[in-house]
Amino acid sequence: MTISVKPQQIGEPLFYLADEHPHPEGWSTSLGFWIYLMSDCLIFAILFATYGVLGANYAAGPAPKDLFDLKLVAINTSMLLMSSITYGFAMLTMQQNRIAQTQMWLTITGLFGLAFIGIELTEFAHMIHEGATPQRSAFLSSFFTLVGTHGLHVSFGLVWLVTLMVQVWRFGLIEANQRRLMCLSMFWHFLDVVWIGVFTFVYLMGMLR
Amino acid sequence: MPSPDLIKLIFGRLTLESLPLHEPIVVGTFAVVATGGLALFGALTYFRLWGYLWREWFTTVDHKRIGIMYMILGIVMLLRGFADAIMMRAQQAIAFGGSEGYLNAHHYDQIFTAHGVIMIFFVAMPLVTGLMNYVVPLQIGARDVSFPFLNNFSFWMTVGGAVLVMASLFIGEFARTGWLAYPPLSNIGYSPDVGVDYYIWGLQVAGVGTTLSGINLICTIVKLRAPGMTMMRMPVFTWTSLCTNVLIVASFPVLTVVLALLSLDRYVGTNFFTNDFGGSPMMYVNLIWIWGHPEVYILVLPAFGIFSEVTSTFSGKRLFGYTSMVYATVVITILSYLVWLHHFFTMGSGASVNSFFGITTMIISIPTGAKMFNWLFTMYRGRIRFELPMMWTIAFMLTFVVGGMTGVLLAVPPADFVLHNSLFLVAHFHNVIIGGVLFGLFAGMGYWFPKAFGFRLEPFWGKVSFWCWVSGFFFAFMPLYVLGLMGVTRRLRVFDDASLQIWFIIAGFGAFLILLGIGAFLVQIAVSVLRREQLRDVTGDPWNARTLEWATSSPPPDYNFAFTPVVHDNDAWWDMKRRGYQRPLTGFKPIHMPQNTGTGIILAGLSTAMAFGLIWYMWLLAAVSFIALLVVAIGHTFNYHRDFDIPADQVVRTEDARTNLLAGAK
Repeated sequence: MTISVKPQQIGEPLFYLADEHPHPEGWSTSLGFWIYLMSDCLIFAILFATYGVLGANYAAGPAPKDLFDLKLVAINTSMLLMSSITYGFAMLTMQQNRIAQTQMWLTITGLFGLAFIGIELTEFAHMIHEGATPQRSAFLSSFFTLVGTHGLHVSFGLVWLVTLMVQVWRFGLIEANQRRLMCLSMFWHFLDVVWIGVFTFVYLMGMLR
Repeated sequence: MPSPDLIKLIFGRLTLESLPLHEPIVVGTFAVVATGGLALFGALTYFRLWGYLWREWFTTVDHKRIGIMYMILGIVMLLRGFADAIMMRAQQAIAFGGSEGYLNAHHYDQIFTAHGVIMIFFVAMPLVTGLMNYVVPLQIGARDVSFPFLNNFSFWMTVGGAVLVMASLFIGEFARTGWLAYPPLSNIGYSPDVGVDYYIWGLQVAGVGTTLSGINLICTIVKLRAPGMTMMRMPVFTWTSLCTNVLIVASFPVLTVVLALLSLDRYVGTNFFTNDFGGSPMMYVNLIWIWGHPEVYILVLPAFGIFSEVTSTFSGKRLFGYTSMVYATVVITILSYLVWLHHFFTMGSGASVNSFFGITTMIISIPTGAKMFNWLFTMYRGRIRFELPMMWTIAFMLTFVVGGMTGVLLAVPPADFVLHNSLFLVAHFHNVIIGGVLFGLFAGMGYWFPKAFGFRLEPFWGKVSFWCWVSGFFFAFMPLYVLGLMGVTRRLRVFDDASLQIWFIIAGFGAFLILLGIGAFLVQIAVSVLRREQLRDVTGDPWNARTLEWATSSPPPDYNFAFTPVVHDNDAWWDMKRRGYQRPLTGFKPIHMPQNTGTGIILAGLSTAMAFGLIWYMWLLAAVSFIALLVVAIGHTFNYHRDFDIPADQVVRTEDARTNLLAGAK
């Protein structure tokens, strides 16, 4: 069906781009990654909410005061915070296109992350050894799930970090790799922010209860 | 003979006894499905179609093909979900006066669970996602979605979930818990079998796909709109799709977590939703409805968008109250997060909490009512063409208002205490989901079918289907309102009071009419394909429509638009037609497009295998598929060349062919 109405105006309106350029590669990536991070943030929000509701249900079992070793947690927190700073250095050197330094800072970031996971696992093992297992009470179920989910995220981030280091080593700091490092950077800082919540809400406030 | 440990490692708890060979109905169904499946497999092999399907469809990253595959998945699963429905109706119509009916409790409980799960997750969701996938990029003048590979992967994850739910029919069993699997019933103590595990993993696998496709479509709408298309110039269907995808991204993670916590309770023995050690089953109910209520709007908002497009096209008028329509959509999006507690006023949260949620629920009817008036005013003094999509729209307006009003009744907490869990509730939500979502999907399929295939759907069989569906709906669900008011609760298998039977027989007759409606719909598709030459449309704009998807050919070329359109008005294509737009015939350039990849289907297949391993405690299978999943996913990131250019001369050939067709049509 065609509509036979004469053009109303003298100047022909522009109805299409005769000379267009495709969107640059990765045009939507950072928006998409942000939205993904927000959906991940919701996962943590629900885990925090669950901890908030069930976190005082000790079922006559151990309470935070009996279990948490704040000094150890403080060391652990500093590991993760340090790793965020070193990731920031990696991004700075990346922008100057200095591959060797970038790789060095990424390695240091990975080591801090590894230390974080190691300390967390030690803490978990210690708690389980004392009988404070995830099955013991709703408090412990929600504690292990919230902190463990964060730990799983960091572990996943480490796998990702190694993958990216291999890709930087093989293909250099090309645009695609810079974009990928940027995404991991956002992911890594996001985990840092979540950890601040865990540290405050679970550990510090737990000791006050 | 291998050692029992080895068998356990490989097969987990799957034994020959797990196959439901003692259920003649299931065995009969299996025989039919297996025969049909073998026939299809044989036909595809005989006609050597596997290579074609793999290259052109399974590995495609084209949003149009993925959209069509979603629609096929939804329609196939509709047949399964409806088979469950009519079995329930038949059981309830005959199980009176000491009769046990023909379904035992074990089977019946699986059927009502599977019916709900399939209809929501594997019928309504794929159909809605399919339409959004197909239409949105065309409406905004884009060449594809933001992340084409992710789109393919999302689709196959949805298929993976559907495969798991279907597998439960023949290998083991499905959940017997109702479609939301409330604990403590769904916990390991009361449901030790694989049913709930099938439920959990089916939804988890499909849920990953849904969440990713939500992210993808938000990015597409935000980043890839044609120049000139500001937010307030977007077609209403695109607006409702945007809001729906925001809802998806903001609610599906909640489902993911709550199901993960339930799995921890079942697999590890944690105490989130148990009765002791401090667990709280009501925590589950709260969390799952924080996902569940937005889910209702995820389904119905795109339907509202379809009705808006259809009403304005077939009334030949600009949509009445575009701005109020957009704001109504956004308000519904926000309010949908503030009403979840109305699903369990009987929890006992106290008068103040119940009042709050009762009032927020009633408030939602205001923006919805505004939409209804907008559609009516669009029709007012319009030159209405009663084509099938418009008929579905009018049926929706009449039906949905009834469902909306019973919803407001249920929103009154004291009334809800009486009607909670009754057939009145069942009638209400079928009234809004069938009358709203399903009628909308039929309107949308009829409306956009010629765009996707280049020929219209045959109207006679469509009208048969329409009248069967609409009258069948009223026969099937009005009796349930009556029964619910009399106090009959849902999910019952046998009845003592013989005076109720007549209502169930009427409802069963309604279900039979709907069966005829589905049959007529399938006939309609078959007849349309056979008579496609008579129904052919070469203009690309068979309805004299208003939005950009009608500016290109039907079916659109791979690249959608040879040149990216520039938008000056809400109804961009109408504006172009009105101002004498001439289709460009020269100056074509190469077009940059994404490349097909098989990674999506492989990843989804591995995820499904892993889920199957977890359901049956086949730890070896689960571990191996998990490692393979990691390897394939990481391997995929080493491929940096995911795009290619469609050469200019190919674009010229495609566009010249269209020029010739258009010239022949004049």
